[in-house]
Amino acid sequence: MANKYHSNLVVSASPHMVSPTDTTKIMGTVMLALVPALAVGVYQFGIRALVLTVVCMVACVGFEYLFNMIMKREQTVGDLSAALTGLLIALNCPSSLPLNIAIVGCFCAIIVVKQLFGGIGQNVVNPAVTARIFMFIAFATEMTTWPLSRISHVTEAVNPDGITGATALGQLGHGDGTLASVEYSNLDLFLGNCGGCIGEISAIALLIGGLFLIWKKIISPIIPATFIATVFVLGLIWGGIDGALFHIFAGGVMLGAFFCATDYVTSPTLPMGKVIFGIGCGVITMIIRIFGSYPEGVSFAILLMNILTPFIDNFCEKRAFPLPKPAKGGDK
Amino acid sequence: MGQKHLNSVHVDHFKNTAACATEVMPIPETVCISMSQHIGAPCKPLVKKGDAVKVGQLIGDTDAFVSAPIHSSVSGTVKEIKTMRNIMGGNDQMVVIETDGKQEVSEDVKPPVVDSFEDFIKAVRASGLVGLGGASFPTHIKLNPRNADECHDLIVNAAECEPFITSDHRLMLENADSILDGMEAIMKWIDLDHGYLGVESNKPDAIENLNKEIAARGLSDKIKVHVLRSTYPQGAERVMIYEVLGKTMKAGELPAQHGVILSNVTTIAFLGQYLKTGRPLTTKRVTIDGSAVANPKNIIVPIGAHIADVIEACGGYKAEPRKILMGGPMMGRAIYSDEQPIVKNNNAILAFAFEGDAKRFDIKEETGCIKCGRCVSACPFKLMPVSIAAAYDAKDAAKLDALQVMQCMQCGSCSYICPARRPLAFINQMAKGVVKEAQSK
Repeated sequence: MANKYHSNLVVSASPHMVSPTDTTKIMGTVMLALVPALAVGVYQFGIRALVLTVVCMVACVGFEYLFNMIMKREQTVGDLSAALTGLLIALNCPSSLPLNIAIVGCFCAIIVVKQLFGGIGQNVVNPAVTARIFMFIAFATEMTTWPLSRISHVTEAVNPDGITGATALGQLGHGDGTLASVEYSNLDLFLGNCGGCIGEISAIALLIGGLFLIWKKIISPIIPATFIATVFVLGLIWGGIDGALFHIFAGGVMLGAFFCATDYVTSPTLPMGKVIFGIGCGVITMIIRIFGSYPEGVSFAILLMNILTPFIDNFCEKRAFPLPKPAKGGDK
Repeated sequence: MGQKHLNSVHVDHFKNTAACATEVMPIPETVCISMSQHIGAPCKPLVKKGDAVKVGQLIGDTDAFVSAPIHSSVSGTVKEIKTMRNIMGGNDQMVVIETDGKQEVSEDVKPPVVDSFEDFIKAVRASGLVGLGGASFPTHIKLNPRNADECHDLIVNAAECEPFITSDHRLMLENADSILDGMEAIMKWIDLDHGYLGVESNKPDAIENLNKEIAARGLSDKIKVHVLRSTYPQGAERVMIYEVLGKTMKAGELPAQHGVILSNVTTIAFLGQYLKTGRPLTTKRVTIDGSAVANPKNIIVPIGAHIADVIEACGGYKAEPRKILMGGPMMGRAIYSDEQPIVKNNNAILAFAFEGDAKRFDIKEETGCIKCGRCVSACPFKLMPVSIAAAYDAKDAAKLDALQVMQCMQCGSCSYICPARRPLAFINQMAKGVVKEAQSK
């Protein structure tokens, strides 16, 4: 009789089943969506772009692994979040960036921004964006030396060394502040025939990846849509339809809107918060681009809105509920 | 009119047994009938050791208002009255009956004579009927609301939104007449105007069969099949009322307060059958499935059959069971031993081996919240499990109350969808305790 029944069964609270989508799968899908942008980058800038990408990914995973080991924390590299951060850092850098600087940037992202705040989900700001800003300020020369792309129509503004040139936004900043000083056409910017960071040059590649993420329901379309729409509208005011298209295709708007601003941890949870966040990113980007002394403002915009996210969330939470609050005491 | 829907999640259906015509389980050697198969006061055994009992004989009852009598599902001899730990952790009295295999039916089993509403309610109580969808609330109380004259609609919950379970589906294919009998009786005696059968769109054959039965009876203007989306949790009481009638019902309210009588389809079908035959609730159609079961199927089992015996009737285990559920994987309860008997509200027994299926069904290591917001967009009531969990960590009762955690109905959508595998529904349940404790001070 004693053996007739199975009495060593697992007992736990319901539900007893989970969806097939876990954190690892989400991070993996985002990396997959970045492949078109990476492919364009490698095509345009050569194998050096791929080397930089691999180094950044390995460095990020390595730092997270070592940190967890030294701090005796549970190992979290398996969730692929560190690998994704590495990929995003590389895509946000010029392909000629010295590898040691890139590794310092990865240290800043993984150790300082992410792990010291408590690891995955606990960081206040986006690690990749913060690393980019850190490198941009600390290693300004290396971070703003832009190798020419393979297909480049630029003939005049090429530097004497014949290898590097300014980005479209750089040309805008150095010139008279109008589209006339930019040597790339909007079509070049859309396809990626221009100088810039590895992953930001081709709007079409980023758009494909971003729409893939929306289709897969990995990201909500609200932040990219409001971010890009805000830039577009402000660009329209600044320089008509050409100006509007220029501002959404040039620089990091596409990369930032689809892949950096949509980072779950550092963006608002509720739809209304996402709208506020997206508009905020767009406005700050355009203020820096048009009035600021830096040619590009996407990273600063995302960083600032990251910091505001808890306040936006708190603001929206109070307005979220469709059910009237139950009367105190209820039906006793 | 574009209908608004509540949030829901796509849960894999795993309706493996939908095509399995229902079989009848051979009578096991012993059955173990619990005296507590309903919400409310447990019954007292009316038989003692050595008594001979017959099928349908009353063996447990009580004078308490919220209760339902219990009948023997077999003929045989009472072996003992024992106490056994139930799946909720409490102790229940059980009447253990050694069967004789003859299945002699008690003389008391005869069709009830119903001439008035009072007779009807009395008959429903005598049948031992409770809510068979899961809550096991005594049906004679549900069908006798204080504001009966304000009730106009009957909703029959036939969504069967839990994965794996197909017993209601089979019922709709095999016993559509009983369902309509039950609906007609309730609508007649409580004087309701409209009847709705809420069925998910993933059961087109059941919908067709019901429509055919409704048309054959000429009831098309009174009774309608309402086709629901095939997402979870369409079968939750409050979701069902919203989807069918567009009425928002809050936690703690009863459907009758909104003029609705809502009952599970198996409950209704049993009622229809009982009014004809007078045979009390002694058997249940259950779905037996899961990776540890050799021959998953739908099977009619006597109430009180040990789960091990029921599985044996389905070819036994093909792999060592690691987890056995009473009910579906979303809201079902894990049992600690397959010695547990079948009770009235069982609609499925699922046994998992965690071999090929561990990724979906085994307990998961919780990882860090990535604040993706999937739990928020999954919740039918737009609660924010991510914020509730944070407030629960801080044991902040006021914040939890403001986040309306008391509205949570434990559907489990948040835990299901969470990519970090956090037990959010469980945290909500614990958080309710924090709020209640603070309010009672």
